[in-house]
Amino acid sequence: MTWTTLKSALAGEGYVASDDLAVALQLALSLGRPLLLEGAAGVGKTEIARTLAQVQDTRLIRLQCYEGLDAAQAIYEWNYQRQLLTIRAAAEGGETGKAVEDRIFSRDFLLERPLLAAITQEKPPVLLIDEIDRADEEFEAYLLEILSDFQVSIPELGTITAVTRPIVILTSNGTRDLSDALRRRCLYTYVEYPDRATELAILKARCPEVEARLADQIVGFVQKLREEELEKTPGVAEMLDFAAALMGLGIADLTQDPAVLQSTLTTLLKTQSDQAQITVEVASRIAGKAA
Amino acid sequence: MSRITKFAGRDPGPAARVVGFISHLRENGLRLGVAEAELAMAALSEVDAIRPEDSRRALRAVCTGCKEESERFDDLFDGYWMDMGRVKQKVVPSQTSAINDDVHSSRDARGEDAGASGSATAPDGDEGEAESDGTGKLIATEQRNLARKDLRDLVRPEEIAQAEDVARRIGAALRDKRSRRRIAARKGDKLHFRKTIRRSLSSGGEPLRLLRKKRPDRTRKIVAICDVSGSMSVYSRVFLAFLAGLMRADTAADAYLFHTRLLRITEALRDKDAMRAIGRMSLMADGFGGGSKIGPSLMRFADTYAKRFVDGRSVVLILSDGYDTEPPEVIAEALEKLKKRGCKVVWLNPLKGWTDYAPVAEGMAAALPFLDAFKAANTLGDLAALERDLATI
Repeated sequence: MTWTTLKSALAGEGYVASDDLAVALQLALSLGRPLLLEGAAGVGKTEIARTLAQVQDTRLIRLQCYEGLDAAQAIYEWNYQRQLLTIRAAAEGGETGKAVEDRIFSRDFLLERPLLAAITQEKPPVLLIDEIDRADEEFEAYLLEILSDFQVSIPELGTITAVTRPIVILTSNGTRDLSDALRRRCLYTYVEYPDRATELAILKARCPEVEARLADQIVGFVQKLREEELEKTPGVAEMLDFAAALMGLGIADLTQDPAVLQSTLTTLLKTQSDQAQITVEVASRIAGKAA
Repeated sequence: MSRITKFAGRDPGPAARVVGFISHLRENGLRLGVAEAELAMAALSEVDAIRPEDSRRALRAVCTGCKEESERFDDLFDGYWMDMGRVKQKVVPSQTSAINDDVHSSRDARGEDAGASGSATAPDGDEGEAESDGTGKLIATEQRNLARKDLRDLVRPEEIAQAEDVARRIGAALRDKRSRRRIAARKGDKLHFRKTIRRSLSSGGEPLRLLRKKRPDRTRKIVAICDVSGSMSVYSRVFLAFLAGLMRADTAADAYLFHTRLLRITEALRDKDAMRAIGRMSLMADGFGGGSKIGPSLMRFADTYAKRFVDGRSVVLILSDGYDTEPPEVIAEALEKLKKRGCKVVWLNPLKGWTDYAPVAEGMAAALPFLDAFKAANTLGDLAALERDLATI
């Protein structure tokens, strides 16, 4: 598969990828390297993994990182409750010693968490490690080991080696700097806000029922809005919400009614000061320019 | 349109050129190892390497590792493969041995062009590299900035490093001692017996999971508001360096500028490159060195940002001389409002360091009842000396 076919396959599932992103994805697939995506919130980093899973017709395994995420939640954990019950049942049945021990430390009693699940699939899944920058640095180091060897060692069971190599996609919002070691292991792409043509294509793919003229206005409006000094710049998802809100209200022209336009801005502006900054006048001026 | 570099006939082949390109990137400050060259070759064999744009995209994915590198990559790629023939010396200006055997160019990489700041489309400015460094967006043409100064003229990198040190120490002084009680925590130093026993009920009284607790950090958040009006311009150098240092030393800190209006500069100052941060700040601070409206600016702060960022654990540092063009009651009112949020307010006034200074400026006099500390500061040394005083508030 070349990157152009990958790009059109993604487009078929409703994801309009930039050329840079398509090439990077294709390289990640063919070289078997993890792909690190960075970019502002709402540019479609998580969505790309979901769409890739659809294109490849495989499972998406998602690991959402957060502060304090540890191996027990990310890799594996023993099912303590079940083990305990088994021990008690065995004691009542008179069974003791080695046999019980072997039984309670078998795969049946192992709770697979995303990372272990990802390397034990028959068909290579897409493993999405979302917002890696939120996880602690210790976890990042642990992740490095798994990403390079694709194996997990469990003291009681031995080493579990990957059946297939998952397609790994990491995303980061840049809340902290990732280590150089992790960056080195990964291919890298910075996902920008889409340009006008791309965003229009996204809108058409996701909301085909929007009229061409309105779609043009919506995209123009959002693009202009991104140039304002906002605390939270609206992303692609917000743009789609905005379009849906306009469709729901049956608006055919953005410049038509400033008051209604202002009320739909709740889909785009997510902080109080942003809402205060974009007043009715500002909004209608931007809408006028975008039209 | 730039043409593709013609390599000499005795050139050993594509692999050597790719290795040359990797070392070209390395010389320009990208952190690449030996493995990347191999990976780059593998990547090129996966795309249609005849087409320059595909190669560019493939190499970009392999060779860059962060946003800054990704942005610079285009120039570096053009320089090597597209026959611009110049070696951009941005990161390591002192290194002159950046000539690569594989680059054949009419220009001498050691010569004047070597550190040139322009690209093929934008010729060099007279001031060279430093001038092009702070490229931000063009600011609006409605100009209020009658007396704009480039803050980079005022602040030197060494000062920022020094200020960073001072800010770090002040931050440490302001920071509260840890709380005496303990709260549940994933990585605590003590067992949380109550929770552990409660949790054990679900496993029939066996405490399978041991929960922990620790003393939480009650960090104080520093919010610095700096006056950059005309009367303060002598001192702004110190204070801006201090702000830049503060933001680099303390990730939770928050910074604002005001002259006639208030401006949040936290995001701009978070830039990794200290001088670029200052550059961005000077783009934002149009009207720098103009009149001052302390009262209304503080009022606006109390009404907007303070509601989100200031709480009982904040320390608001106001760096201003107290000369206000607006009536003094506004300052009093704003500070009263701010105090109601439970924060500490520290006013650092450069004029206070003068002998026989009395807070006669009306604004300053009005502000006094609301201040937890009112200190002098006009050099970095003075700021450093505040450490002890601030620890006690």
